[in-house]
Amino acid sequence: MESFTDLIQFFIQNFINALQRGSFYAVISIGYSMVYGVLMLFNFAHGDIFMLGTYIGFGIATLFLALFAGVLPGPVIFVATVVVTMFLASWIGVFVEVAGYRPLRQAPRASAAITGLMIGIIFETGILILLGAKRLSFPPLIESVSYNVGGVYFTNVKLMIIIISLLLMLGLHTFIQKTKWGMAMRAMSYDFLAVPLMGVSINIMAPLTFAIGAGLAAVAGILYGQAYPILDPYMGVMIGWKAFVAAILGGRGSIKGAALAGYLLGFIEIFVATIFPSTLRDLIAYSIILLILTFRPRGFFGMEYSTKLRL
Amino acid sequence: MKIVQSIKKFLSNIPVAGWLLGILAAVLIEYFWGYDYISDYLGLPKIPVLFGAILMLKDPVMIPGVLAYDLVVYVLPVCIVGKASAFFTNPLAGAMEKLPLWISVLIHLCCFYGILSLWAGINDYRVLVVKLTLISIILTISINVINGYQGEFSCSHPGFMAVGAYVSSVITLFLFTNDKIFGAALLPPALGPWLFPFALVIGGIAAAVASLLVAIPSFRTRGDYLAIISLAFMFIVKSAVENINVIGGARGMGGQPDLAPLHVIFIWTMLCIWVVHNFVTSIMGKALNAVRDDEAASESMTVKTRKTKMTAFMFGAFWAGIAGGLFAHVLTYINPGMFSINRLAEILAMVYFGGLNSIVGSIVGAVSINILGEALRPLELFKWIIIPLILIFVMIFRPYGLISFKEINAGKLLAAKKNK
Repeated sequence: MESFTDLIQFFIQNFINALQRGSFYAVISIGYSMVYGVLMLFNFAHGDIFMLGTYIGFGIATLFLALFAGVLPGPVIFVATVVVTMFLASWIGVFVEVAGYRPLRQAPRASAAITGLMIGIIFETGILILLGAKRLSFPPLIESVSYNVGGVYFTNVKLMIIIISLLLMLGLHTFIQKTKWGMAMRAMSYDFLAVPLMGVSINIMAPLTFAIGAGLAAVAGILYGQAYPILDPYMGVMIGWKAFVAAILGGRGSIKGAALAGYLLGFIEIFVATIFPSTLRDLIAYSIILLILTFRPRGFFGMEYSTKLRL
Repeated sequence: MKIVQSIKKFLSNIPVAGWLLGILAAVLIEYFWGYDYISDYLGLPKIPVLFGAILMLKDPVMIPGVLAYDLVVYVLPVCIVGKASAFFTNPLAGAMEKLPLWISVLIHLCCFYGILSLWAGINDYRVLVVKLTLISIILTISINVINGYQGEFSCSHPGFMAVGAYVSSVITLFLFTNDKIFGAALLPPALGPWLFPFALVIGGIAAAVASLLVAIPSFRTRGDYLAIISLAFMFIVKSAVENINVIGGARGMGGQPDLAPLHVIFIWTMLCIWVVHNFVTSIMGKALNAVRDDEAASESMTVKTRKTKMTAFMFGAFWAGIAGGLFAHVLTYINPGMFSINRLAEILAMVYFGGLNSIVGSIVGAVSINILGEALRPLELFKWIIIPLILIFVMIFRPYGLISFKEINAGKLLAAKKNK
């Protein structure tokens, strides 16, 4: 019986870790999925938008902490940081759309992908030039408190990350399902060609989608900075690619699928790393993805698009 | 503009043979007098390696000297000798036109190789740059078979390259060197250069077999899903190599015998161009284009789409494996980190910069990205802002790349130029 409770403890412990890891993937991969829904293109600069968002969050957090550290309570500073960072980062999304994707509306899809990749490289190098190679560390905005419930250890930061991610996704879901803008977005992803004829301008919807995706990525960046405080210009590369994988796995354009696949990826990574040697993590995670896509080529919730819509 | 046009007209009657002669003259001038007289007189510390780009960027004071050097050593001799020799190179080219095309191409290639090795032989850095550029050409052409001619967006090329590199390295380490892990040499090292092609081909075949992992899912999926499958394949290969300790794991594998001198790589590159050109102009190559443009329609026109996709992947992967093997034996050290996202970005940049569906475009892309990368090296980080910006502009103004869907006719290229 003793070993059984150990097993349960072990499972719940890793379950919480996996939820935390999966939250990052889910929130970031939603950004990919939304852009895909509207433009039928992937925003390959998204991982680096996440990185930039983290750096902006770092700047704002440092500024606010310097100004209001004794004046305002911690949670207020945290919320203010999140809001301001979201606002600033969403302009980066708009910039990427206007500078990199708008001139390529009629171009083949691969060209847009290359442009996105190159914008990402410019962001990484730009940060490296501006801030140098020194590693910055994200200031803790919320004091970390550890809890121990029945042998399972977790901190309030972990809980906060999981809850805020869920809230964000819920908010996005409401936005997309209930508002007029969200309706336009859904229509756009349903029929890419007819909706612009109905008076929904793609030149407004696309930047809006990029902005929302970038805002979400920036919040994920702040949360990431609370969990893993070391900042690095190349941090967006690995996370970005994995979130991209999750977005595809969920079915292109499906926000629900992207979130679900993000969590799944987090679970695969954490549980593989605890059961097998951690060097095998990528090997097994990607092998599982390869298998899933071989047998379910449209991902979890992918719609049956005609592949000839846009080559 | 008038000056440019009159210069163009002045140079218009020089055949390729004449240009080669001019370049030979330039290289000979550099070889005999480049260091002792010209660069000394112009106050340059040494012979400018890549046309002086590196010197210019390091020290702006050198710019006039470098430009003068380029003018005296390269531009003037090439133009003057080319023009002056036009009176006999034109009849020569005319005579070669009467020969079968392959003989005249071979003659030109031999001359070109001679000049290239003379130019590169001046220092080791140039040799390395030329070798890596030639390998990049193989890589770019091989990915063009999949991404350009077949129209998939495959991201697995670094993986294929890694398979080829590791397999051929294991073979050569096993056979020709006294390695700590693989034991004493089984064969005398003198046999190395003769058996090296077999090692490379086995590496290529291994890569081709590995590509089935991507090719078979591609029967049912296209586009983004295939991109992910190929990306996953690349990470799987990298991660698998990292976990196999016999071949060095994440530390990498070193000590490969130096079996890839310039002429070997040159021959492989030319072979690659020739074979791929024949492949894509064959019926199979037309089938690739048909599948790219409309899968369903081509299926109904009796194109076997599955076989076509599989062939394209295996063929592209084979050459990527060869390139990987050559790469390993040029650097004599490889590690899994070399075959990751960065390499992928580089390969994709080369193929989309140069142009899809075109071998000439691939060559242009590989050479320009490589030379640009080396020439901008003194700028350090800013290099990684300039090159992406150039690529973005190319994508915006020429979405299919610089030279796409075009081929150069070798016969017309080498023909004698008539005076108009």
